[in-house]
Amino acid sequence: MIYLKLFLSFLQIGMFSFGGGYAAMPLIQEQVVSQHDWLTMTEFTDLITISQMTPGPIAINAATFVGSKIAGIPGSVAATCGCILPSCIIVTLIAWFYLRYKKMKMFQSVLESLRPAVVALIASAGIAILHTAFWTDGIVQFAATKWSMVVIFGICLLLLRKTKLNPVVVMMLAGVMNVAVRYAAG
Amino acid sequence: MEEQQEKTQGKKQDKKLWKIFWSTFYLSAFTFGGGYVIVSLMKKKFVDEYHWIEEEEMLDLVAIAQSAPGAIAVNGAIVIGYKLAGIAGILTAIAGTVIPPFLIISILSAGYQAFRSNQIISLMLEGMQAGVGAVIASVTYDMGAGIVKKKDALSYVLMVGGAFIASCIFEVNVVYVILICGIVGVLRALIEKKITKKGSEEK
Repeated sequence: MIYLKLFLSFLQIGMFSFGGGYAAMPLIQEQVVSQHDWLTMTEFTDLITISQMTPGPIAINAATFVGSKIAGIPGSVAATCGCILPSCIIVTLIAWFYLRYKKMKMFQSVLESLRPAVVALIASAGIAILHTAFWTDGIVQFAATKWSMVVIFGICLLLLRKTKLNPVVVMMLAGVMNVAVRYAAG
Repeated sequence: MEEQQEKTQGKKQDKKLWKIFWSTFYLSAFTFGGGYVIVSLMKKKFVDEYHWIEEEEMLDLVAIAQSAPGAIAVNGAIVIGYKLAGIAGILTAIAGTVIPPFLIISILSAGYQAFRSNQIISLMLEGMQAGVGAVIASVTYDMGAGIVKKKDALSYVLMVGGAFIASCIFEVNVVYVILICGIVGVLRALIEKKITKKGSEEK
């Protein structure tokens, strides 16, 4: 039952992504690329790119995108519901508990210890994305490296660190640079 | 008489729910840049503009939205909806927050295949992979730098290393990595509590 599968997958994503924004990315990759083959790594990277350029949380965007690709509109509804259900329950419980007892210390301590894991997981998801960006077939070989992509990556990193350019603008520039390089090379 | 009062109260409630719906819808449709941005805009709207929530309480609600799992924008909508109008408020705020990205991505994903096979767009998307990689590298660096500055940095750095090796090299399921680190957090909190308790007893 595909709807149930989508629902349960995104339920896990909603339940275990702590820290917002990029924190959901490794979980989405795990569920959608590694476990279920719903997206290829290239499609997953496109999804992250599209998410960066449109409003809305990555997890909700992913739920809609994957759901509709696998099972149409009902699929995207099932995935989105799965994604927000844990939030509804957990946040309401914490809010209720908080408004009664005003105690948050335990939560904050747990969150603090989750942060290193979240950083590491985001880093490894980033490496997976660069892996598909630099090597078309995913086989790491010196001769097969797309050096133009490595250079574009370097320029983007420099722009992000040294200027105050908006990340979306930097990403668009990366796209334009790649088009220019390919057309110049014929 | 009483019925009349009930009716006006119901109307007032409906009006409030509409207002919650439209403000969350609007914020969700036009906020680029992730959860932290949208939460601060929610504060502006509900605290500074509508005066529905007090500033200090809002800070706590934001802390809840950030510490719970899930998308921060959705969590923010839930706490605000709950605070303002209970369960009806939660459902309204979630609908307002989820509908815009749902519509936008549905439209984009319907056109994705055609979109992807256009040569220029596919080259754009390919180049943007390197751009996304750079954005993620930069975010990771900032987050990592934040951890190194903490007071017991070494243990955190060890956890980063451990989690990275587990997920990147041994391909351990992400959920287990998060669960284990969460358990470490609980233990850490319990041990700290014991130490401060002992400390105050000795005094």
